[in-house]
Amino acid sequence: MLKVIHPGFFTTIQDAGRFGYRDKGVPVCGSMDNYSSSIANSLLENKETDAVMEITMTGPKLEFHTSSFFAITGAEMSPTLNGIPVNSYEVHKAEEGDVLSYGKLINGFRSYLAVKGGFLTEMRLKSRSFYKPITDGNCIKEGMEIPVERHTEYTPKISHMKSEAFHKEHELLVYKGPEYNIFTNDQLKLLFKNKFTIAKENNRMAYQLEELIGAHSYKMLTSATLPGTVQLTPAGKLIILMRDGQTTGGYPRVLQLANKSIAILAQKKFGDKITFHPIKH
Amino acid sequence: MSSYPITIRPFGEDAILIEWPPVVSESILYDILDFSESIRWDFKSHMNWELVPAYCSLTLIDRHNKIDFSKTKFELLECYKNRKTKKPAQRYLWKLPVCYDLEFGIDLEEVSRILDMSIEDVIKAHTHHIYTVYGIGFLPGFMYLGGLPKDLETPRKAVPRLKVNKGSVGLAGKQTGIYPQDSPGGWNIIGNCPISLFNANLENPCFVSVGDQIQFYATNRAEYDLHKIETEVGIYNLDKIKLDA
Repeated sequence: MLKVIHPGFFTTIQDAGRFGYRDKGVPVCGSMDNYSSSIANSLLENKETDAVMEITMTGPKLEFHTSSFFAITGAEMSPTLNGIPVNSYEVHKAEEGDVLSYGKLINGFRSYLAVKGGFLTEMRLKSRSFYKPITDGNCIKEGMEIPVERHTEYTPKISHMKSEAFHKEHELLVYKGPEYNIFTNDQLKLLFKNKFTIAKENNRMAYQLEELIGAHSYKMLTSATLPGTVQLTPAGKLIILMRDGQTTGGYPRVLQLANKSIAILAQKKFGDKITFHPIKH
Repeated sequence: MSSYPITIRPFGEDAILIEWPPVVSESILYDILDFSESIRWDFKSHMNWELVPAYCSLTLIDRHNKIDFSKTKFELLECYKNRKTKKPAQRYLWKLPVCYDLEFGIDLEEVSRILDMSIEDVIKAHTHHIYTVYGIGFLPGFMYLGGLPKDLETPRKAVPRLKVNKGSVGLAGKQTGIYPQDSPGGWNIIGNCPISLFNANLENPCFVSVGDQIQFYATNRAEYDLHKIETEVGIYNLDKIKLDA
């Protein structure tokens, strides 16, 4: 078991996602940067569906109540074990009573903590991913006890991986979305020549962009949306749906992010810049 | 079997979007659902495909394998063209209780003023009509209901509420519906339904499917309280009628 001493800014448990319920309006959920979370799981030779902890902006303080092995990937948040710095992208052993804390955010926005065997919080609709009201809470709370397996011996096949300079990327690869053709030439020029700024309104549901690219009055019937769908509001605002995004929507879906670009965007925060680069099927 | 000019296009790396002519029509919706059944039948090797129907589109999502788009498009078109009338999925008419007391129907007086109808007539019209579920989305268990009579069309509230209570029954534009959970919202609230539309503890968390029909009936406060308790302890008997295919 792992005890939460401080929860951090917004810390959740996420796995590969909640699938099979989109026709009932249930978002997919799962790790925002699934590229980083899967590296954490593979270092521990976990299953790719095992749940990890997703840590946003500022990290929690956690006490191990059992011996375990862990790995940290994604955003660099200066983690320490009993006050001693630990490297990310490496397997570490934790003994009962060890305290894992986080410090300054150096780069990225979301860090992943995986433990050997995964976090064993309650399974709801075939997934452990936090999403209220399907799970009881949205994020971990002070005093919460999170079940983990006890492991005393583990010799990893790969004990550390090189971290990719993934957070430095700012170019998002985009396919044409279903309503791409509503773009005017002026809008297309703005879209592919300009930098866009991540707005304050960014979370697991969606990232809004600050710059407007021109109003439209296109009306459509509600249709499915996916993680990575870029919607254009009538006022000309771009909204990029993320893992907790709604499953249907009525705004035109002008672009669709490549899967890897969703993970890149998940490491961006308020004020960061991104660009769009068109790709074809 | 009716046939429409459908289009099939890629939607990102994991999905295919199939579209029908963009009109709200029951025959299009039923064609989408029949095709959806045929896909389940003909593509047995793709059990993990998720199919999301809504109004005039069907989105097919494959999260495991990279979709060979041109091959799948060809196979889907063949399947659409050659499908035989199979036994379509059973559809139901669900009768849902609503308490229209002003305690719940916090905008009912305003709605009656805007529509220039008595409160009784608003309730009568709202419960008289049968609505078709054209989609489920926005929130888990939120139904997009079509078939609202013209005389009940009400503009959305100018300022949305930060919190609309779970079960609230609302009117907005050409739509009516139930908030399946507490949520912000701009619809005019005319009542509350005590039945949970979404229960994450059940294997099928939402008893309604796209293509089903909904009819509301008015209950008094005492029945409302009873149904609420019955729902919470899991003994409420849903009132449903099988619809002919």
